[in-house]
Amino acid sequence: MAKWWDERLPLPRMMHDQFIDFPTPRNLNYLWTFGGILTFCLVAQIVTGIVLAMHYQPSAAEAFNSLDHIRRDVNYGWLIQAMHAVGASMFFIAVYIHIFRGLYYGSYRAPREILWILGVFIFLAMMATAFMGYALPWGQMSFWGVTVITNLFSSLDQVIPGLGTAIVQWLWGGYSVSGTTLNRFFSLHYLLPFVIFGLVILHIWALHVAGQNNPTGIEIKTKSDSLPMYPYAVAKDAVGLFAFVILFAWFVLFLPDYLGHPDNFTEANPLVTPPHIVPEWYFLPFYAILRAIPDKLGGVIAMFASIAILAFIPWLDRSPVRSAKYRPIYKWFFWLFLISCLALGYLGSKPAEGVYVFWARIFTLYYFAHFLIVMPIVSSIETPTKTPRSITEAVLGEDEAAGAGAGVPAGAAAAPEHR
Amino acid sequence: MTADVEDPNRRDVLVVAASAFAAVGTASLIWPFVDQMNPDAGAQALASTEIDISPVAEGQAITVMWRGKPVFIRHRTAEEIEAAKKTPVSDLADPIDRNDNNPGQPATDENRTIAGHEQWLVMVGICTHLGCIPKGQALSDSKGDYGGWFCPCHGSHYDTAGRIRKGPAPRNLQIPPYTFLSDTKIRIG
Repeated sequence: MAKWWDERLPLPRMMHDQFIDFPTPRNLNYLWTFGGILTFCLVAQIVTGIVLAMHYQPSAAEAFNSLDHIRRDVNYGWLIQAMHAVGASMFFIAVYIHIFRGLYYGSYRAPREILWILGVFIFLAMMATAFMGYALPWGQMSFWGVTVITNLFSSLDQVIPGLGTAIVQWLWGGYSVSGTTLNRFFSLHYLLPFVIFGLVILHIWALHVAGQNNPTGIEIKTKSDSLPMYPYAVAKDAVGLFAFVILFAWFVLFLPDYLGHPDNFTEANPLVTPPHIVPEWYFLPFYAILRAIPDKLGGVIAMFASIAILAFIPWLDRSPVRSAKYRPIYKWFFWLFLISCLALGYLGSKPAEGVYVFWARIFTLYYFAHFLIVMPIVSSIETPTKTPRSITEAVLGEDEAAGAGAGVPAGAAAAPEHR
Repeated sequence: MTADVEDPNRRDVLVVAASAFAAVGTASLIWPFVDQMNPDAGAQALASTEIDISPVAEGQAITVMWRGKPVFIRHRTAEEIEAAKKTPVSDLADPIDRNDNNPGQPATDENRTIAGHEQWLVMVGICTHLGCIPKGQALSDSKGDYGGWFCPCHGSHYDTAGRIRKGPAPRNLQIPPYTFLSDTKIRIG
């Protein structure tokens, strides 16, 4: 049967080669399970989203009430709505871990530049999707979040007078955020996940051309460096996914609204602005960067640049080794960068005044300095520590690795790891 | 006929003309797909509204909707007008009047009101920073450091002529096109 198919459309062959026999580095740790977790998140969001669209009314008059209808009346609507709302947060938790893993182990380095840049595009598409999805409940935070973020484009008035206003009115379909805006956001919110799905296929394709990076940052050289994806990597992915799903389910079942904002339980009112507008937690670091710059256009440029800069790091990092594990100086800057991002997230949730603005500026400065100054300079002057000669040596130690050289039977490569 | 077909110049003309026709045709289809997102005639038709301002006593303010946006109408006190008039234009963050009735003039109090009706200040009540609604309409609201309006989102202070004095907003509050139909009735838009 598989042979019959393979002669006509070699799909079973491809699945077997790419997801069963595919050689994966034998030393992958649990941080490498987040690719599979993210695929799960995307599928979960699409499935729950399609179901919610069957019950949701994308109009200014009905949207807010239809959320109540979904949560109270629709059979299991409370569960499916919570899975979708919590799922967005879970998606971002997983994607941030995935991105920082790539940063630490140098997964963006040659030959994985295209793979990494596709990831940046996926991240951007996720942000757009999440932003438009947050508009749909049509609560106060939905409405004013859309107002503030779409108004970012009005800063272009500072470049060409009238251009920014024209763009904002074009996005709104009116002179203010209205039901017209809600309707088009709903349409695009339904579309973009499928764009993400397409980008994810390209991302996985690029991954399977270059092969996976691993904690040593050394390529697979001999057969003993790798294990077939099934059952080894798949089993590890399954363990990681189960742990993640426990956290996911705990939020869905016990804290479904914990990650949201109480103001969003008040219906959108174009005449009253909530006293303290904050975006969802996953946008807070970028919101802090936006507000740290005292100039309106400058803040918008800095916010977009903070994401765009990620696409250039394959060329900003010039270290001879990939993994920060063997980079005694850069390692500390990596943790400083992580702390800066967390601090920006905290500062983004605070009002833009006094000491909060001061620290937001300091950490924004470091955010950009990390990529533009620290990365090129440290990678040029630092002497990396000794890297193992192979992945096998990193796992088994020098002596046993010598015995497990190229050409050993596959059974030997599957021996239990010695730690 | 065979000679015509083999004429290379004639073939080039056909290819270029056909490609250009297809390219222009395709390109001209882009505009309908872009323009469908712009405000339609129905939204533009709501662009005019008449308001009776006789119930608004001195010191009070009302908010009305125009084009889906709040419009602030404040009946200013003599002290508020005095404070606005005393401020020199050189002290202002935005020296342009931002008045659709009188565009591009210096942002004096005279240029932001209509002569003979200086007590009435009519403005689009949307912060020029990122579009929040400033506080200052209700008597109990915080009116900011300059006695006008205060935007709680990112801390912009406007004075009693709706001019930006402090904070991140780049422009004075916009004054919509409006006329006095009588002493107690205005038409916005």
